[in-house]
Amino acid sequence: MPQPAIRVRDLSKAYRVPVRGAGLRAALRSLVRRETRTVDAVREISFELAAGEVVGFLGPNGAGKTTTLKMLSGLLHPTGGTADVLGHAPWHRDKGYLRRMTLVMGQRNQLLWDIPVIDSLDRNRAIYGLGTDAYTSTLDELVELLDLGELIDKPVRNLSLGERMKCEFAAAVLHRPQVLFLDEPTIGLDVTMQKRIRSFIESYNRSTGATVLLTSHYMADVEALCRRVIVIHRGQILFDGELAGLVQTFSAHKTIVIDLGAWEGDLAAYGEVVSRDGSRATLRVPKEDTPRVTGRLLADLPIVDLTVEDPPIEDVIERVFNEEAAE
Amino acid sequence: MSGLRYFAALYGTLTRTGIALQIQYRAANVIWMLGGIIEPVIYLVVWSTVAREQGGSADGWTPADFAAYYVTLMFVNHLTFAWVMHVFQFRIQQGELSFALLRPIHPIHSDIADNLGFKLVMLVVLIPAALVVAWTFEPRWNTGLAETLAFVPALILAFSVRFLTEWSLALAAFWTTRVTAVNNVYFTALIFLSGRVAPIDMLPGWLQTVSASLPFYWMVAFPVEVMLGRVPPGELAAGFATQLAWIAAALGMLSLVWTRAVRRFGAVGG
Repeated sequence: MPQPAIRVRDLSKAYRVPVRGAGLRAALRSLVRRETRTVDAVREISFELAAGEVVGFLGPNGAGKTTTLKMLSGLLHPTGGTADVLGHAPWHRDKGYLRRMTLVMGQRNQLLWDIPVIDSLDRNRAIYGLGTDAYTSTLDELVELLDLGELIDKPVRNLSLGERMKCEFAAAVLHRPQVLFLDEPTIGLDVTMQKRIRSFIESYNRSTGATVLLTSHYMADVEALCRRVIVIHRGQILFDGELAGLVQTFSAHKTIVIDLGAWEGDLAAYGEVVSRDGSRATLRVPKEDTPRVTGRLLADLPIVDLTVEDPPIEDVIERVFNEEAAE
Repeated sequence: MSGLRYFAALYGTLTRTGIALQIQYRAANVIWMLGGIIEPVIYLVVWSTVAREQGGSADGWTPADFAAYYVTLMFVNHLTFAWVMHVFQFRIQQGELSFALLRPIHPIHSDIADNLGFKLVMLVVLIPAALVVAWTFEPRWNTGLAETLAFVPALILAFSVRFLTEWSLALAAFWTTRVTAVNNVYFTALIFLSGRVAPIDMLPGWLQTVSASLPFYWMVAFPVEVMLGRVPPGELAAGFATQLAWIAAALGMLSLVWTRAVRRFGAVGG
């Protein structure tokens, strides 16, 4: 068994946030005594990533995803537990570590706004001390893979969001990092651009064997890239395993899609009607009832077509988070 | 790549792209520069008038002496100027600092290079402005080769004192969101005690003592006085030593505060 690239043990992060009520009295009181409250952003999480693995890190807003990525990239110091990435404790931020990892934040940019992309890349070349040959060949490859030819000489401010994100990726992997932390890398991008970024991540992973930990709100990203997902909610890990297993574990329901032809009667007796559009109807039924309901449907109604499906992963995850929140 | 070659190549690239960046900001930069040109001209006009009304000199300074002083100061102030105290809070809030922390070099290097880029680009504005001021106010120079040779290290050391001090103070932004207040205190002290409002030897005695015990004089006035031949040759070595001591102090403060600032950033998040 090779050494894991990322090993996280009981990692925790608590923030102290000031508490102040509304109004003048509360404002005055806060002058004398600052009250603080502890918020546990991440609570004793543990997981490992093997070298070369691409893992989706899922959770609703505020679940602790970004906090975890920031700890693993060395920006935040944990309040408990340990992490080892490529043999380094990330928050020591030693140069040997920083040269081997990268963090891409979909909502932030590292490229300088007012100068051409190539100048920002050139700065990174100098900062990472890349040799001319290595730089040129990596750059050529990135220009090809991300289709940057037209963009590279333009100032960043003149690029669209999608174009900028492609250039951000080029800047982020110019030094050929072995570990990539990607925080919402496709946020706000159109479908075509999302696909482009996705296929870039896939080919970078394939050609370099880099380890990737990725957060995204778009399940399409996760389905395309990750066999394994880690689901985090309120700072704790709810699930860590194969993407397919997530649906098995959390979905107590199946979806039955039927084509009823001209029949227009009531379906409520068979299950929860999710949608009904012309002759097509979608029913949601408890998993264990699926064979029985399917049998009844086929026996009772003039069915033209019938399929049984797992619900979309988005729905499963949404349900998991909602149920957790309701508890 | 060896350390020295790495840094030479690094500074080459950072300064080159820094120049490109500053050319993009030319309109804003010219406005910045106007302040640096107008301020010494105002004090020059004031003190020349005072000198003429007092029968040709004020505290031994003639209008031609003031003209030489303020034209030199215009250059020294430009070449030692830094803006990092104005931008650090923004950097933390916008997440720029996070990216800086993820790179395998100290962020001060790109600041130094951008600063050099700005200074080189803006000489295009400063040199003609200084020529006009010189032509108008007819300065008298006592500057020879010895003064010019001594001026170069005095200027480089003055830049180092000012840059490192301001970079350390800029780190206050990690602890407070009221950096403007910190900045106001600093810049008020700087303008009075660095020789910008008046040459230091014109200040009241107690203020001269205050000035002598603080770093401000060594950031601006000292190289100006060296250039004008107002520092006796015997006192040059002691002057350079004092500048070096302030640099050491600022470096010590910088590394101490930086370590704590990064630790704090890591604790509270960006």
